[in-house]
Amino acid sequence: MELVLVILIDGLVYGLLLFMLSSGLTLIFSMMGVLNFAHASFYMLGAYFAYQISRYMGFWPGLILAPIIVGLAGAAIERFGLRKVHQYGHVPELIFTFGLALLIEEIVQFFWGKNQVPYDAPDVLQFALFSIGTNEIQAYKVFMIAISVLIFLCLLYVLTKTRVGMIIQAALSYPRTVEALGHNVPFIFMGVFGVGTALAGLAGVIAGPQLGTFPGMAFLLGSIVFVTIVIGGLGSLWGALVASLLIGWMTTFAASYNVAMADILMAFGFEMPEDMSEHALRDLWTLTLPQIGPILPYLLMVVILVFRPYGLFGKRDA
Amino acid sequence: MTDTSSIMIKKRSYGGLTTGTVAPWVICTAILLVLPYVFQSNSALTIMNQMAITIVFALAYNMLLGQGGMLSFGHAVYMGMGGFMCMHVMNWVEYQNIPLPLPLLPVVGGLFGMGMATIIGSFSTRTAGTVFAMISLGIGELIAASSVIVVAFFGGEEGVSGDRTYGLPVFGYEFLTKIEVYYLTAGWLVLSALLMYLFSRTPVGRMANAVRDNPERAQFLGYSARWVRFYSFCASGFFAGVAGGLFAINFEILTEENLNLVTSGSILLITFLGGVGFFFGPIIGAIVFTLLQSVLSLQTELWQLYVGALFVLTVMYFPGGLAGVIMMHVAPYKLGKLNTLVMPYVKTLIPAAIGILGLASFCEIMFHFKHAAVGEHDMSLFGIEFSTHSPIPWVVIIGVTVLGFWLAKRNSAELRETWANANVMTVPKEGGAQ
Repeated sequence: MELVLVILIDGLVYGLLLFMLSSGLTLIFSMMGVLNFAHASFYMLGAYFAYQISRYMGFWPGLILAPIIVGLAGAAIERFGLRKVHQYGHVPELIFTFGLALLIEEIVQFFWGKNQVPYDAPDVLQFALFSIGTNEIQAYKVFMIAISVLIFLCLLYVLTKTRVGMIIQAALSYPRTVEALGHNVPFIFMGVFGVGTALAGLAGVIAGPQLGTFPGMAFLLGSIVFVTIVIGGLGSLWGALVASLLIGWMTTFAASYNVAMADILMAFGFEMPEDMSEHALRDLWTLTLPQIGPILPYLLMVVILVFRPYGLFGKRDA
Repeated sequence: MTDTSSIMIKKRSYGGLTTGTVAPWVICTAILLVLPYVFQSNSALTIMNQMAITIVFALAYNMLLGQGGMLSFGHAVYMGMGGFMCMHVMNWVEYQNIPLPLPLLPVVGGLFGMGMATIIGSFSTRTAGTVFAMISLGIGELIAASSVIVVAFFGGEEGVSGDRTYGLPVFGYEFLTKIEVYYLTAGWLVLSALLMYLFSRTPVGRMANAVRDNPERAQFLGYSARWVRFYSFCASGFFAGVAGGLFAINFEILTEENLNLVTSGSILLITFLGGVGFFFGPIIGAIVFTLLQSVLSLQTELWQLYVGALFVLTVMYFPGGLAGVIMMHVAPYKLGKLNTLVMPYVKTLIPAAIGILGLASFCEIMFHFKHAAVGEHDMSLFGIEFSTHSPIPWVVIIGVTVLGFWLAKRNSAELRETWANANVMTVPKEGGAQ
């Protein structure tokens, strides 16, 4: 029981982290109709910028400044790169963001090297806040949860209760009409792209100390973020939340519970083969849940795309 | 542009075989035959083999991206699966003495790749666009991840390896040497390129273009967009599998690396760099990329940075890729004005090249400054030795870079003007320019 609680908290941390990335990505998608492959790269940039700032000014200024810098960089890339490619169609846009992801990884390696950088949580938050049984829960994890929830509430408030949010939502569905009403839609697009990348940057700032700050961190999370928004339904904020938590818990549970395929097969009355080394199905017999944990989200995505192409909460075809 | 291309298509479909259509193939085959006599070193042969395999794979990929309008992020799966299967067959041939000659092995890879494509394409080709791209990404990740789990087929972390020479000798050849493998690969390259070209001329290939451009209209004509995509997908899977078979023969080992997202991404990069709009685009892309990879990676640690920058700039400024740039010159050539472009090109491109080299040197020196071992201050660039901690090289490099780009920018106005003139037919002055 204690283990379940600990896993629930760990899964929540991971899921909310995914949500911070996927919320921005799904907003950007519903605006521009393009999946931003470089989204996780902005997450990585956030972590590295915060690391650089933390070396001179400590953790807390980095928490504020790094997302702002990332957001500005994102807005600039939208303005001077993506908008130029937009005229060629969606496929070149997707390819552009893909190239951008490669380029950002190389740039990060150029400046900070190939190894993990020592970016740590602030000393104030490095203590065990409470413990469940024998498992101590670090204060930093709770801090991550708090920040993520705060961001989600802010986003929800801005999008549904304010005038800016109304214009954004209108621009999602009827960009022409909104433009005719006198709003600067390209500027709104740039703003949403900037805010989305800033959110990714913030996710990087708080995830860097926990998951490690290294050049592969974008690649590690990049495709999972896609999977999340595809499962949740492209363009749906609630879908992104549900899918993020689902994936967070699913992967954490799969990694922690050692369910072996051999036990299941034997429960069904199959006999374990004596000589495993030459048996044709030997991989099936040695399969365990932690082994297939990392591929579960992809499996789920393929199944969902085949049977319900608009995702769990999506309203339109991807 | 559209006028000329439609005229060209008409000529082909009425005329059948003409010198214009056959000549490029004959010339390319002749070049392939002669190449090993020009570049005799072992490393050159390795590069050429690698190039040939990449060309086959890139052409197969372009059947999807360029001709079918389907963006796949997991095409390495079909090449890798074909390759793995070939590796196993190669081992079976060795242990069970199956009379399968080595040159036919890529067919096995092709068929297996096509089988995979048939299964996956049956549900992924329902729509093009984002859903297709995402399914391909998901399948790619799935297979790449399961390669570590399913050890029986993928061999786990160390992969599957074999020996190509244990099969039956074919007309006395045992494929012991690189040169024999080269001719085998080159033969398959010509054969599969020709088949892929012919496929693009069949009604199915033509319909693939139609479905890419406007699926709705194609469906109103009575074609099922889904089936057309499915056929392209299967054909593409076949040739990707052939490329995998060639890879297995050439390198005699396949690992998880052949299946993962990095390989899938680089083939996208290669194809786009070469140009998706033309059949020969991926060929150029594969040649240029392999050369960049093998030559540049020996010279600098930063080659991936340069390739990435090149890729992003290509997408931004030349969405037609290298082939698009080449084909842009067809109109001036037909108007007989290509010679007017030479001087402006020289005037713009040489300073631009100097500027780019300067910028690259700046990156190199900065990289060395930041990441070299402590106390190591000396580096050499273009054969010149200097210390990175003295200001002179920095000033020189920044100066050269700025000067190069400034000259290029100054002269680019002239180039733009000449370019505009070169694309317009000269008309008598009283007739008006347009």
